[in-house]
Formats: sequence, structure tokens, C-alpha cells
Amino acid sequence: MASIAQTQFRAASAPHSSAAGVATSEPAVVRWVLIGIAVAFLAIFLFLPLAVVFGTAFQKGIEVYFQVFRDPDTQAAIRLTLLAAGIAVPLNVVFGVSAAWLIGKFEFFGKSLLITLIDLPFSVSPVVAGLIYVLLFGLQGLLGPWLIAHGIRIVFAVPGIVLATIFVTFPFVARELLPMIQSQGNDEEEAALTLGASGWQTFFRVTLPNVKWALIYGVILCNARAMGEFGAVSVVSGHIRGLTDTMPLHIEILYNDYQFVAAFAVASLLALLALATLVVKSIAEWKAVQQSAAQSAADTERAQ
Amino acid sequence: MSISVRGIRKNFGQFQALDDVDLEIPDGQLVALLGPSGSGKTTLLRIIAGLEFADCGTVQFDGKDISDQSARDRHVGFVFQHYALFRHMTVFENIAFGLRVRPRLLRPPEHEIRDKVNELLSLIQLKNQARRYPSQLSGGQRQRVALARALAVEPAVLLLDEPFGSLDAKVRQELRHWLRQLHDKVHITSVFVTHDQEEALEVADLVAVMNEGHIEQVGSPEEVYNRPVTPFVYNFLGNVNIFHGRVDDGKAYIQETDTGNLAFVRPHLLEIARQPNGTNHFRATTTHINSAGPVVKVDAITEWGAPVHVEMSQERFQALRLAKNELVFVTARDIAVFGKERVS
Repeated sequence: MASIAQTQFRAASAPHSSAAGVATSEPAVVRWVLIGIAVAFLAIFLFLPLAVVFGTAFQKGIEVYFQVFRDPDTQAAIRLTLLAAGIAVPLNVVFGVSAAWLIGKFEFFGKSLLITLIDLPFSVSPVVAGLIYVLLFGLQGLLGPWLIAHGIRIVFAVPGIVLATIFVTFPFVARELLPMIQSQGNDEEEAALTLGASGWQTFFRVTLPNVKWALIYGVILCNARAMGEFGAVSVVSGHIRGLTDTMPLHIEILYNDYQFVAAFAVASLLALLALATLVVKSIAEWKAVQQSAAQSAADTERAQ
Repeated sequence: MSISVRGIRKNFGQFQALDDVDLEIPDGQLVALLGPSGSGKTTLLRIIAGLEFADCGTVQFDGKDISDQSARDRHVGFVFQHYALFRHMTVFENIAFGLRVRPRLLRPPEHEIRDKVNELLSLIQLKNQARRYPSQLSGGQRQRVALARALAVEPAVLLLDEPFGSLDAKVRQELRHWLRQLHDKVHITSVFVTHDQEEALEVADLVAVMNEGHIEQVGSPEEVYNRPVTPFVYNFLGNVNIFHGRVDDGKAYIQETDTGNLAFVRPHLLEIARQPNGTNHFRATTTHINSAGPVVKVDAITEWGAPVHVEMSQERFQALRLAKNELVFVTARDIAVFGKERVS
């Protein structure tokens, strides 16, 4: 979320950096110390753990690494994670796009309440989120008895995991899109309208292409969180091996069983996902910068 | 298509943007809505376009009430102040947009779209820029693309919101002439909003001067400039000297003392002489002379101490051999007197 704002800021401040660079420059010692701290920090907290994950995963050779993924429980965990993300991400894309569009383009009563609600999953601990579902749909929960009577299982079953995943990934798409949609105003939509475009045509041909990269980035973030979520899912899962274990939960189980290679092999998949996310994020940011640079060029001209 | 606007009111919260506005726009005319910012001219244009809806009153196209129709159904071409080009589409696709979004049955085949767009591209002299994106164009080029995009759907009415507002003076001048020529060629009923009186007087067939949410005067440029019906119009269109004045027996008088009425005289309608001319004059002392340009501008102080601006031709100035700090006699050729309470 912050990254889009940062890149725009970077794009905006770029022309001044050369001039300001001289006046606000620090002595070489200070610069190197600061750079050293940053690099050391990154090494200890990012590169080293990453190396450990892959190192441990391949400790006993590539053969053993792939052996891990032949285990049916591991396969089930991967499948469940893909299923949960496969449901949560599209739903949150639909919700996120409509919410961002609504908030960005219209004035209505209760708008700030909606914005607060979108942010709620960010501010609530995932464990609490999981507990909410247990208290709602669990055996002793509010709707529990009714659900049991109708043979519907939510908690300690796949639906609960999907619900918890949806909850924690709720804000990502909307939060990525909102600043973008807000900054663009209504002019292009109004132009499309006067040219005879319908609401859907305007949305798909004008609004959406303009926020394409922010949307892609939001989806990536949403997906990464959906696959990596531990807390909320852990509470509603019940940890039934091969049935309600997602990848993060499975990693914990393997680790607690002292199956380090297996645990880190599965963890390496999540790490790969993180790396892929970073790559796509960089591309999306680069595109967004290009777009906003083009736009700010247009704006400066407009201002003259 | 003729446009008539009847009894339009529009409030934005506490702010009254339009107060009971009536306006008749004849078919095929190029009309300017002229006024200072906040006078409601853009709001009126947007209400005609259907981008905004009036609190009460009606808008009619060719006598048909279309007040409740959305912008989509009104078939107007709208050119936005900041162009509002689709930034992710090429110039070509921008212009083709209105044709491509038509329902399948009404959509022209691809080759017709291409012909139409190419025709418009040559009209706006941007044939070589078809593959470019709006961000790669200059302001004037973008404005022309916006115009071509609006014309592509063959609108019944063309509406332009401050079409040259964000361009530099030279491009502005060029595009102004170009718009006039285009209108003479296409003859589509057009309304444009501007705060630049020179632009309105130069381009439009008809000028509607707006102030604080209502229309002060509608007329040809010649009419509104030479025969303003309200003090506001007098003041807004060109420079003016304001004196205390009164009307007696059909004659206007400029006075020293407060009469409750104000007299308006354009600087070029004041004449400076070295000799008194009967009683019809007042005395003034010149304070500053600007003789650069086709018109010489003379600043003076009247005998009762008020500043007065006079404009005269170079020939007249040469003949008078006027200098600073000289006593002269000033005669007004035309005075308009308005009640003071109507001057804001």
C-alpha cells in the first residue's frame, strides 16, 4: 500500500534530486555508516533467513527435497492452500475493485465508515479474526447448533479456512487501488459517458485499464497473504492432517515432528512465492512510475 | 439543433451556482458563455451536457425536453478543460472510442471506423501522431484530439469547457481561429465557456455574459461590447472609467458629488483637448503616458481628484503633443449611467 505512494513521491521528487543532492549531502563517513547499517540489517533479517530456508531444504540432496512433495499430507496441504487462495483472491478482487471505485468516485453517507471497515482486518490480530469465526460458527457458537442440525461444518473444516483467509486478505486490493482511483478524478469517465459508453463499458475500457498495475500489485499482495496466512487459519483449522492443514500449518507440524528437511522444503515454496511477488511488484511499480511520470508531465503542461 | 434552457436553478450545498437561468441558443450558432470564475458558466454547460442535473428548470434540444436524459443519451460532444483523453489509448483509439462503444447493431464496421478516424485526424492535422499516446503530445495537440474525439460521434451539439484555458497565449490564438474556421465548416451548434472576454468577442456569434449564477446579457459581440445593459457587463468587457453621474432630460452628466448613480465611460470614448469645448468637459492633469503600441494610454487626475484613463490613436496623440503633468480638457462622447445599487 505504502509502496505506490512512495514510488509516486519518488517520481515527483526525481527532477530535484540532482540539485538538492549537493546541498543536502552528508560526509562520506556518515553515508557509509548508514549504508553499512542498512546492508547489515537486510543481511541478518532477509538474506540470511532465505539462505537458511533453501540450505536446510536441500541439506540431504535434491532427491530428498522432491521426495517431500510426494507425501499425500503435504500434497493435501498445498491443494488446500491453493483452494483457499483461489477462492479468497477472486472474491477480494471483486470486492476490492468495487469498494475502491465506490469510495474513489462517489460521495455518500457512511463513506468513512466503509474505509474504516476495510482497514479493520489490518488492525485486528489474525488470531482474533479466527476466534470470531469459532465463536460464530463453532459448536458452542452463536450459529453452531443450527449449522450442526443442518449438517454444515464450517469451523475445523475447509469453509472456515476459506472464510478466515478472506477476512485477513480483505483490505489488500481495495487499499492498493484507492489512492490510484482517487488521484485520477472523474474526467475520463465523464468523457466516456458523453461519447455514449455504458457504465460497464466505461468501467472496463477506461477505469480499469488506468489502474491496471495497481490492481495487479494488489492481487499479488492479496495472494501472498492468502497463501501465507497462519494465525487466523490456525484457529479455525483444527489441524486435521490431510484435511484441514494449509501449507503454513503443515510446515509447523513437520517442524514440531523434527522433520526439518520436509518443513523447510515446504517453506521454500512459500519463500519462492515471496520472491515471485517481489519480482512482479517491481515490474508493477516500474510501470506505475512510468504511468505517473507521463501523467505528471501532462499535469505540469496543464499547469503552465 | 437549437438549445433552450428555461428557469434553471442549481445549488451546491449552500452555494447557489445558478439562479433562474434562461438561455436560447439558435441552431448552428457558436455561443460563448462568458463570465468570471464562480459565475456558474461551467455548471450551466455541464447541465446542458447532462453531466450535472439542475435542481429545477428544463433543458430542451429542438423543443424536446431532455432534462431527465443522461449524458449518454443526449448525443453531445463535450470537450473538457483538461482534455480528459484516455491516457492508456493511442490518439487513434481515443478518437475511435465513441464509435467502438456503440451497441453492436449500430457500430460501424472496422474499415468505416478507420476511415472516419483518419478523416478526423487530417481535419485536426495530426495524421502522423495517430499511434502516439496523449502524454506524448503538446497541450494544443491534445486539445485538438479531444475535439476530434467529440466530433467522431457526430454530436448534435458541441460543448467546450474553457477549451483554450490551459494553453499558452500563442497556441490559444491559433486554436481560437481554428475553432472558428472549423465551426464555419461544420456548422454544429456549439457552446463554449470562457473567462477571457477577448476570446468570447473574437470567436462567438453570440455572447452570454454571466455573473453570480445568472445571465446579465445575451447578444452579439458588438452588442454586448458597445451596448452593455448592466454595469457588470460594462465593467467586465473591456476597461472603463467610473464616475458619479446623473441623467437629466435624456442627457447624461458626470459629476463631482455623489448622486447615487454611477456613470460608465470607456477610455477610448473620452477625448482630450487643449482648449475647453463649451461646458461639456472637465479638467484633468495628465500623470502618465504609455505610447507604446497602436493605442496611446493616458492616465490623468480629474479636477476633483479621481483617476481617469483615456485611450487615443497615435495620430491624435502626435497632433496634441501631450506631455506629463499638463492641464487638459476631457470630453465624454458616450456615457452610460446606472443606478448605484445595481453595481456590485
